[in-house]
Amino acid sequence: MAIKTPVSLNGVLNVPEPAAADRSAPARPETFDAVGAMPAQPAPSPKLQIRGLNVFYGTFRAVRDVDLAIPGRSVTAIIGPSGCGKSTFLRTLNRMHELVPGTRVEGSVRLDGADVYATDVDPVELRRVVGMVFQRPNPFPTMSIYDNVVAGVRLTGRRAKSELDGIVESSLRRAALWSEVKDKLKENGTSLSGGQQQRLCIARALAVDPEVILMDEPASALDPIATLRIEELIAELRETYTIVIVTHNMQQAARVSDQTAFFSMGDDRAGYLVEFGPTSRIFTNPLHQLTEDYVSGRFG
Amino acid sequence: MTTPMAASTEAATRARLTGRRTASRRAVTDRLMRTLALVATLLCVLPLGAVLIFVTINGIGALNIDLLTKAPRALGNGGGALNAIAGTLQMVPLAALIAVPVGVAGGVYVSEFAGARAGRVVRFAADVLVGVPSILIGLFVFTFLVLPFKQFNAFAGSVSLALIMVPVILRTTEEMLGLVPRSLREGALALGIPVWRTVLSVVIPTGLGGILTGVMLAVARAMGETAPLLFTALGSRLVNVGDFGRPMDALPLFIYMNARQPYEAQNQQAWGAAFLLMLIVLIINVAVRARTWGRQIGG
Repeated sequence: MAIKTPVSLNGVLNVPEPAAADRSAPARPETFDAVGAMPAQPAPSPKLQIRGLNVFYGTFRAVRDVDLAIPGRSVTAIIGPSGCGKSTFLRTLNRMHELVPGTRVEGSVRLDGADVYATDVDPVELRRVVGMVFQRPNPFPTMSIYDNVVAGVRLTGRRAKSELDGIVESSLRRAALWSEVKDKLKENGTSLSGGQQQRLCIARALAVDPEVILMDEPASALDPIATLRIEELIAELRETYTIVIVTHNMQQAARVSDQTAFFSMGDDRAGYLVEFGPTSRIFTNPLHQLTEDYVSGRFG
Repeated sequence: MTTPMAASTEAATRARLTGRRTASRRAVTDRLMRTLALVATLLCVLPLGAVLIFVTINGIGALNIDLLTKAPRALGNGGGALNAIAGTLQMVPLAALIAVPVGVAGGVYVSEFAGARAGRVVRFAADVLVGVPSILIGLFVFTFLVLPFKQFNAFAGSVSLALIMVPVILRTTEEMLGLVPRSLREGALALGIPVWRTVLSVVIPTGLGGILTGVMLAVARAMGETAPLLFTALGSRLVNVGDFGRPMDALPLFIYMNARQPYEAQNQQAWGAAFLLMLIVLIINVAVRARTWGRQIGG
């Protein structure tokens, strides 16, 4: 797992070099204050701006004091050891965590500057803008491939029957699945292989025309070939969408992402952001000892 | 701390493996207990087989075209059970019409919307209602759908049967929806589909097979109920089609009435009707089981 050499990014990604000031900044292992660890903002106005985010399950604090600015039309990877709150953090971005009773969020998440936790924000509407792909492919078992793709469009009340065929084709094309399923759109979605099912779920997410796509370990249940297809797909999607991907697989983070956020777990078992920066720097020249230990495979 | 074992010779090892004085006694006890358990199991299954065989032997001869197509005639002079068949085929569907929407909606509420405490309360109430002796349900309906009108009526019979069905349907619905994976709900909600739409278009269709199973089992149960009808639909020797304000017969009532008569011909009709009822209930049960055989989520 050790990644000592500079990571090859396969020419797909264009990672900005970190500012010289960042590289010369001394690592400060005595404090893991995430703000202090952050490099200069990669973009002037981030797509998602997270400030002072704390997540609680009842009285247990699962995520502590996260500040993060996620730039638009790029891939942001979230890595870290198990139980460090990566998935929990991801779910707060489209308020999916609210499905678990007893969860509470402090701090703010701003989407293009708009607070997604404002009292007049409808989480249902939010999720149409910030979509999500899960670890295990979860196509709706009672629906055909076609119906799965348009489920979001149909069931959100925006029904325009004449448009559906076009939405199905374009969504499946963007999810790189069209050629494989175009002759069996009426078949059940669960008849596909695991990797195809996951791309179907991505197509389903794309069909509602989101701006941000959250991916919670989207390839961890797939075989290496299917994983590769998903990674290629992510590389294409970053032209159009803002992608935030949680992954356990550091090579995957290195391959697909433009910037990487490293989370770890504190003594109080609360997850916190250790370091955030361009992926190439996180993997080659991390500021924190903890990050270096993790990306070089010494723990986690 | 134990000292290391002495050299494990074959003889010493064999002695350790076989030399217990208690071993043979244990073998005898084991065999005895196994036999007892087997006998107990057979005693459980035996009544089912015995009932099936007994009713078939006595009833199959009495099942004829007359039984299925003719109304009862004056004492012991032939005729059939058309009044009872027609009654069951009217009262049970009406009961289902009342109970299915209530039971399914209740089950959906408990599974998808109720908080943990409210869910527990409703579940407990439903379980208690399942356990209430059915004659009490008949009496209860009698007091507010028969007494005020001074008239036994089929509608009261249907309501009684519906009260029997509702908790069964509610519990099955709730349990089946509980089996629908959480990931499907999340998948739908992550697309910006509202909760009610997720329940209606994703969760319920996924659990539909199981819900239908519950409905069919409740229907089978209602068909066989006698006690709730005694004070409500009462029973009738006339073929009542469509008049729910009047008494109506049903197969269990027909069996009950005719089996008590001192005339062989009527006893025979009771056997025929019993066989018919058993056949219907058995077919529903087997059909439901066959449909859901080996499937995870009832459907």
